[in-house]
Amino acid sequence: MRECLICQSPIEEDITWSNFLLPSVEKYICEKCEQRLELIGEEICKKCGRKMESAGICSDCAIWNNHPVYQGVFKQNRAVFQYTPFMQEVIAQWKFRGDYQMIEVFRPYIIKEYRKYFGKVKAKVTPIPLTEERLHERAFNQAEAIAKVMEIPIENALARKPQSSEKQSKKSRRERIQSENPFILTKSLNSPVILVDDIYTTGMTIHHAAKMLTDDECSPVYSFTLIR
Amino acid sequence: MDPYQTLKGKILLRPEINLPEHTIEHLIQSGQLTTIPAITKQKFHYKCNRCTTTNRQHFARISCARCQTTHPYCRNCLRTGRVLFCEKLYLWAGRDAAWPEQTNPCHWEGSLTKHQLQAADAIQQAVRAPGQELLIWAVCGAGKTEMLFPGITAAIQQGKSICLATPRADVVRELYPRLKQAFPQTEIEALYGGTEIRTGKGQLVIATTHQLIRYYKAFDLMIIDELDAFPYHNDKNLHKLAARAKRRDATTIYLTATPRKKEKRRIAAKKLPVVFVPIRFHGHPLPVPQLKLDIQLQKKLKQSRPPKSLSAYIQSRAQERQFLLFVPTVEMLTKMEEMLTGFPLKFTTVFSEDPERKAKVNAFRDKEFDLLITTTILERGVTFPSIDVVILDAGHEVFDEAAIVQIAGRAGRSPEDPTGKVLLLHQGKTNAIVDAITQIKGMNRKGSQL
Repeated sequence: MRECLICQSPIEEDITWSNFLLPSVEKYICEKCEQRLELIGEEICKKCGRKMESAGICSDCAIWNNHPVYQGVFKQNRAVFQYTPFMQEVIAQWKFRGDYQMIEVFRPYIIKEYRKYFGKVKAKVTPIPLTEERLHERAFNQAEAIAKVMEIPIENALARKPQSSEKQSKKSRRERIQSENPFILTKSLNSPVILVDDIYTTGMTIHHAAKMLTDDECSPVYSFTLIR
Repeated sequence: MDPYQTLKGKILLRPEINLPEHTIEHLIQSGQLTTIPAITKQKFHYKCNRCTTTNRQHFARISCARCQTTHPYCRNCLRTGRVLFCEKLYLWAGRDAAWPEQTNPCHWEGSLTKHQLQAADAIQQAVRAPGQELLIWAVCGAGKTEMLFPGITAAIQQGKSICLATPRADVVRELYPRLKQAFPQTEIEALYGGTEIRTGKGQLVIATTHQLIRYYKAFDLMIIDELDAFPYHNDKNLHKLAARAKRRDATTIYLTATPRKKEKRRIAAKKLPVVFVPIRFHGHPLPVPQLKLDIQLQKKLKQSRPPKSLSAYIQSRAQERQFLLFVPTVEMLTKMEEMLTGFPLKFTTVFSEDPERKAKVNAFRDKEFDLLITTTILERGVTFPSIDVVILDAGHEVFDEAAIVQIAGRAGRSPEDPTGKVLLLHQGKTNAIVDAITQIKGMNRKGSQL
């Protein structure tokens, strides 16, 4: 029997006529863990895509919208899951412990939400890069893994400067927002772009990357993240 | 200090070695370090050479940015560091670690009882005999740790390296200060996930069995505590890790209060030497569990109402006495919490994944709570001096013979309060309940004949 990728308990599947007669969709997690993955839902911030009580613009985005440098560099972010403590653990297993296979857990959700938000958008897909060093250590780029799920050709138009090696997740909000742009442009796209990353937290990474692309006449720049 | 001390007796991944590339190359060229592939492909499956697994489900594929191919990686190793197919493992092949000479390493001033002494002597003899195996079958509260002191002393005097492996991190945490106090001049490590006492150069290593994943032909004396406990008893890979961590002619000592069938068979066939310690260090018999049949137990639990037998116990018990309530599942913990809110009790719950487990157990020990509701996670290793124990739904399958004996062994641990109540609330006796009581009574009989 298959084990849940998250909690290692065996996955029990009832035998029904449909899975008796047809090949069933392979399950990677158990029902309990599945229920703990919280989708963002319908009421969201129009800009950053976070869950809201009622649709509108969140206070973070209001600040971004008036920012002298980053005002209007990107159009909107849309995300799949909420950042719950459970999600934090799941992501730690995927990214920091390096359990690549976890992408299978997210795959159906990514496909569904991506189609919902960006199905009709004609744009190139650019994952947020890692530094060479981090990529070697992790052996995969989580943003690229997400982008690959969408089965659209990927344009690696950005690279990350080596000195910005401190993990984003270890910095405070203030440190992140004051940091200088860690990206360099490696290719001119001249078209609308969808940036892909794993987490939108303060929004600094996405704004940095979007600024690079906007300055190079890419418009509009969207972003799609697994978590907000 | 030897700069390569941390590599000795180890099998490590490259990120686990804190040395520059050229040093490692030098060590390889001079034959002090050898490398093997981390994962090897065998005829029908893969094998992780680090955790020894060959289970198909432990291998997943990664599109690797290092070697630009898609290849397997070991999921069984995730907690101790992911292992990629394109990686290598580094094995020490140079000179063995040398330890400072000590003529009098043991500073423990207590004394052993007659029965403890018997076991201690047997251990000491086994330490001197290469390749010897020995099982110490000692009841809960017999004072197993103290029995080990003479054996450990002998090993240190002979400059041997020692591993004390146990399945539970709680036990490692509890043993470390005791051994540190007894052997103050010896380099001791305490290894479990998230430990801060990891130097990589301990002569005496106290570790959870999972931590042996980094050791290779390292120990002359391997002591395996709680041989029968989860996850050691049903995980073949852990047995392989323990075997790999030993030197070729190492002595192996097993400690247990509740041996499983496999060991009992080997004892019966005289293939495994055994020493019984059927009496607790304070000389009093083990508390025999009392049974209480409650025919409405399951029904009440389903309705989330406290079973009559439990409320009766809570109302009739001596108010100042603390007690442990064992429940079969984690779900039952939260249910119990709700059921007991009306009672005049201060209580909390613990389970294995509980982030505040350590703090809660300590708070209970400091008498901040009257009651601690727990899953089987506290069945062994932890000692509270003066408590009663109740098992709710003792017929549940998680309470097997060993579990019930262990749980009953939590009561009456202190010489000041050698008796304690052990109450099993059940709705129909199981073989496990009957066998556990037979085992306890049998040990008490053996103890009284001495």
